[in-house]
Amino acid sequence: MLWDLFSTFFMIGFVSFGGGYAMIPLIQQEVVEKHGWMTVQSFTDVIAVAGMSPGPIATNSAIFIGYEQMGMAGAFMSALGMILPSLMIIITIGAIFYRIQKSLVVKSAFYGLRSIITGLIVYAAILFAKNNGLVSSFSWHTLSLLVIFGLSLLALIRFRIHPVYVILLSGLVGVALYG
Amino acid sequence: MKVKAFDIKLLVQIFITFFKIGPVTFGGGYAMIPLIEREVVEKRRWVKTEDVTDIFAVAESVPGAIAINSATFIGYRLAGVAGAIVAMTGVLLPTFFIVVMLSLFFLQVQDNPKVEAAFVSIRATIVALITYAAIKIGKTAIVDKTTVALIAITVAVLFFIHIHPVLIIISGGIIGIGIISLKKKLGISIKLEKEETVKPDYYLGAGI
Repeated sequence: MLWDLFSTFFMIGFVSFGGGYAMIPLIQQEVVEKHGWMTVQSFTDVIAVAGMSPGPIATNSAIFIGYEQMGMAGAFMSALGMILPSLMIIITIGAIFYRIQKSLVVKSAFYGLRSIITGLIVYAAILFAKNNGLVSSFSWHTLSLLVIFGLSLLALIRFRIHPVYVILLSGLVGVALYG
Repeated sequence: MKVKAFDIKLLVQIFITFFKIGPVTFGGGYAMIPLIEREVVEKRRWVKTEDVTDIFAVAESVPGAIAINSATFIGYRLAGVAGAIVAMTGVLLPTFFIVVMLSLFFLQVQDNPKVEAAFVSIRATIVALITYAAIKIGKTAIVDKTTVALIAITVAVLFFIHIHPVLIIISGGIIGIGIISLKKKLGISIKLEKEETVKPDYYLGAGI
């Protein structure tokens, strides 16, 4: 199990270009689909807690998932798996030639990567919307969730409110509405 | 770039510097950048102002969170492999324990009816956050018609064909190189990035 956690996040760590929310579909694929460690819904909760914690969201999610599965040792192995690829790559790049990012090949690769990662996040958004009851037949509950979704998006885009506050505020709304 | 010899005092300094940065930032790695800049450029004078852009550019283009990557890279430039490890540990350790404590707390209270109610709403907000991340990275990704098509194809592939996301990401890099070299051969004008640099918001999504 510890090895599973380590190898899962080690693999994710190697391709986590774009970091943060871009890694959600990847972690989802491994943790929910492949290993069945949790449902999409409880994975959404993991992201919420990771988003409320200081530090990078992808690493935080790995730590939380590891902790939930195997306690402290699990949290440690997940974090280690997630950061080891970055460490190895940075040491290699630093040792060879650190202006590598200016080459045409690297820029071309990122030209493709950015689009693919956008596609991955769009897919994740649709998947999470479906699994958290935002897309289903009409009911007042669904409608209220859609309103919360819309207002949250508005708060983030239009009023540029920090995500941590949007999450906390949404929690209070939830207690008032569904408590 | 010359890597300095093993120096315990410097290693301790690197550790403390990045350890202090860790716990004061919320919601993703970009929030840490101004703080890292202040510590290593202004206070410690480890990095020259003109090198800062290069460091963050490298940190952004290798996999992983930008804050952890930049700390690691700075550590490496200061004190080699030991420096890289020490800087990475320093920046990660505080968040590690905070996340563990928050996870523990969450697992204790998650069955409370009030907490359950709060999370019904929070889940909808998380979908909004992911959508927001898609919009933001989409803005930097879409530079021409080809990139729009690539995004649409990716979403369709994910829905209808089962391919592991890791393979999709790797193929993204290869496709990018392929398309650009093809366009060059055909003499089509290429545009690799947005000309105007989009100023990153210093909070959302590490590395987005």
